[in-house]
Amino acid sequence: MKLRILLASTALAVAPVIAGAQDLPPCENCADSMTIMSWGGAYQSSQQKAYTEPYAAATGVNVTWDESSNESTAKIRAASEAGNMTYDLVDVEGPDSQRLCDEGLAMEVDLDESLAAAPDGTPASEDFGDSAINDCFIPQIVFSTTFGYRTDVAEWNGATPDSVCAIFDTETFPGKRALEKRPKKNIEWALLCDGVAKEDLYDVLDEDGVERALAKLDTIKDDVIWWSAGAETPQLLADGEVVMGSTYNGRLFSAIAEQNQPIAMLWDWQVFDFDGWIVPEGLDEPRLNRVMHFLNFATDTQRLADQAKYISYGPARASSQPLVSTHADLGIEMAPHMPTNPENQKNYLVNNIEWWADNQDDVEARFQNWLSQ
Amino acid sequence: MTDAATGPDQITGATPDNALRTADRAEAGPVLSADGTPLKTSLNRALRREKMRALLLVSPLLIFILVTFIAPIADMLFRSVENRIVADTLPQTVAGLDQSSLEVPGEPTFEDLYFDLFLAAEAKKHTQLGTRLNYESAGVSSLFRSSGRRLDDIGEETQDALEDLDESWGEAGFWYGLMNNADDSDDALLKSERARVKALTAEPTGGDIAFAPSAEIAQILPRTTRAYTAWAVYIALIDDDVVAEEEPWEAVYAALGVDLERDATLEALATYAGPGADQLRAAAEADLPSVDYRAAFVEMDDGWGETEVWNTLRTYSSEYTIGYFLNAIDLQLTPNGIEKRPDRESIYLMLFQRTLVMSLIITISCIILGYPIAWLLANLPMRSANLLMILVLLPFWTSLLVRTSAWKILLQQQGVINDLLVWIGIVSNTGRLVLINNQTGTIIAMTHILLPFMILPLYSVMKTIPVTYVRAAKSLGATDWTAFWRVYFPNSVPGIGAGSILVFILSIGYYITPELVGGTSGVFISNRIAYHISSSLNWGLAAALGTILLAAVLMLYYTYDRMVGIDNVKLGG
Repeated sequence: MKLRILLASTALAVAPVIAGAQDLPPCENCADSMTIMSWGGAYQSSQQKAYTEPYAAATGVNVTWDESSNESTAKIRAASEAGNMTYDLVDVEGPDSQRLCDEGLAMEVDLDESLAAAPDGTPASEDFGDSAINDCFIPQIVFSTTFGYRTDVAEWNGATPDSVCAIFDTETFPGKRALEKRPKKNIEWALLCDGVAKEDLYDVLDEDGVERALAKLDTIKDDVIWWSAGAETPQLLADGEVVMGSTYNGRLFSAIAEQNQPIAMLWDWQVFDFDGWIVPEGLDEPRLNRVMHFLNFATDTQRLADQAKYISYGPARASSQPLVSTHADLGIEMAPHMPTNPENQKNYLVNNIEWWADNQDDVEARFQNWLSQ
Repeated sequence: MTDAATGPDQITGATPDNALRTADRAEAGPVLSADGTPLKTSLNRALRREKMRALLLVSPLLIFILVTFIAPIADMLFRSVENRIVADTLPQTVAGLDQSSLEVPGEPTFEDLYFDLFLAAEAKKHTQLGTRLNYESAGVSSLFRSSGRRLDDIGEETQDALEDLDESWGEAGFWYGLMNNADDSDDALLKSERARVKALTAEPTGGDIAFAPSAEIAQILPRTTRAYTAWAVYIALIDDDVVAEEEPWEAVYAALGVDLERDATLEALATYAGPGADQLRAAAEADLPSVDYRAAFVEMDDGWGETEVWNTLRTYSSEYTIGYFLNAIDLQLTPNGIEKRPDRESIYLMLFQRTLVMSLIITISCIILGYPIAWLLANLPMRSANLLMILVLLPFWTSLLVRTSAWKILLQQQGVINDLLVWIGIVSNTGRLVLINNQTGTIIAMTHILLPFMILPLYSVMKTIPVTYVRAAKSLGATDWTAFWRVYFPNSVPGIGAGSILVFILSIGYYITPELVGGTSGVFISNRIAYHISSSLNWGLAAALGTILLAAVLMLYYTYDRMVGIDNVKLGG
């Protein structure tokens, strides 16, 4: 007995990261498997390494992944209508969580009650701060959608884009662009480049802003390849199919730092967003217990900081940020690659979540029609 | 495709069926079997056993098809007209809405709206209704969402005033004592509120709630009792709480405020002696804040004071609607009848047309490319034909996504084909062809993917054309071309028919390939259906579009049958 305690304390001292996993409180009346829906790709694998692998090692829980977060709302709604919720935990973007929460498809979670406090005792809700955007959302990361461009385009004659408006400047920067097949962010960028000030954006949008933004996007419509999965832009950039394109900053980081592609970041007017978990309504007790047990582990200060070793997304907890260290394989400092790095956020936007929740249906329908026409 | 030789009387000779018919026709008394029963009966009995056994044998497949094919399709067809959500979410409002008017309704309807919307907001269903109505009229979704967040404020005002007046109004037990009377209860009200909550939440509401609305108080305070009962059902069965221990929602206070303003209530209260009589009379005499619901709603959002949302509600209040089908063909239902949608919202007819035209192009490309290969397959010596056949079948064994992605690599501007063309010098480096993310990409990739569906039926038909026909034609002096065109080709037409039907029907429903290589100009109607299923969640419209597509296929099939005759289509032999 004494030996074991001794061993445990040595382990604590030597490897504090793993120690967290061994401190896990027992889980009573818990299911022994979980189905987690996430985004696939580099992002999901960072979650696997930072959260589920240590958790599975400590508890023996079997985790199944479903890589369909880009249609999470539809899948959850379908599962809920069928009365058979097949997902235990779903990774969603902030605005989607708002929608799921509004429609009663996601469970309300009391952050302070369910999640661990920061090491210094700050309650979870305070630690998460602004990222706790609604009652159902359990924040995980801060990410940004930003642009990458190829550094070897001969037709540009040595010019490099330093403003997001370069996407609308096909004279100086000829070539195809990759933009997301959704209105969000695109219409904000279009308006910014059409001369609207940041603070007026959503006032302009309330009036004829959407049409104005689409008119601006019309000027480059023939030069755009529309993407729907975040992995497409790095691929298109790597193939030389597009010369610049928007995607999530972590994807670009992978392409630049891990795969050494001739691509550079354009942080100008990056759009911040939160990504996190929601627990779908309709789980039975053992499954719910398991999910809450996992969440308590996976969203603590150390685990959120761990994720940043694998992907350049900022942890949502304030207390995690000082713990962000170096990349697990490359050994480079991660801080300069974080969207929250002051150097990178000279110009930035935060989506107005309430405006988008209220207007998403209209703008989305209008945008899709515009695309087809 | 069909075998027409199994109808009645087509098989001659001594079959049980024919024996039966002969027995039927025999006018001269019943023929008896050996044990004395009429032959007809005993044969029938034997046949029934046979049929039952046959049915049992096919039943697994039959049930499988019913459950996995027929039922989902029926459900989809149903969704395209189903529209219960409006009446389920706002039952009182819809019932009280004057259908013939085109104006913003009066105060009573706004009161109904408040209590309906409050319950819906508690169940978080108002957003779904907003989304539903937003399909018809832009802006309704944000109207419902923003109003849903501010409904509490209205009731809170009354609640505060009542609690200032007498603290018992803030007590769960007092409310329960006032409203509950198991001995003389208004069962009809309880039943209707149970039904209402059930329709709203789609959860069973038959359980025990340990509350029965008092019939007497229901007479005096109709709105309050209804609001309290709905709350009680919801609290007990959806939230799993105890009615007697919970303080009611703000809406119940608001309802009491409305009731206490009616003269009838005041008269009835004068003689009321049940629980809470003093508090009620005090509240009636006190100067409670008077709520103008219409003004309150308009203050929440100007949209409530405009006719648009109300006319949308009127138009879509019925349980079934043709609205989705009208949307699917760029029309819309308005209070003034059916109208064309504005141009910027009209895309479906164009997409249907594009789908049909491009499917036709793909089918024709498949015929042109597939015919020579099928001919080779049918005429080469066995060994080389087998090798060729493997090449034809190989794509079948490769994942669709892999094949489509391969086309991406081949066709893109920095891709293999363009590189090759630039290297040869046919196109310049700056003038690389755009072969992907447009209609060309879709046509190329889909022709490749669907080619086996053309080759295989063609091959199986060509295989059965005797070589002697062409030889005979030639020996009679026909040139190679004449022998092919006048003798061989007509014999292979059934194969072309079968292949074309397969390719055409498959291609109008395709969506993965157009989605990946079609960009925005090369996508089909099925991509819109997928979009409405998975992104916009407008399942009704997706169902209507799907139904139209299904009907179009059936109609094409029917026309084809009338023109060519389905018996002339051969998939083999």
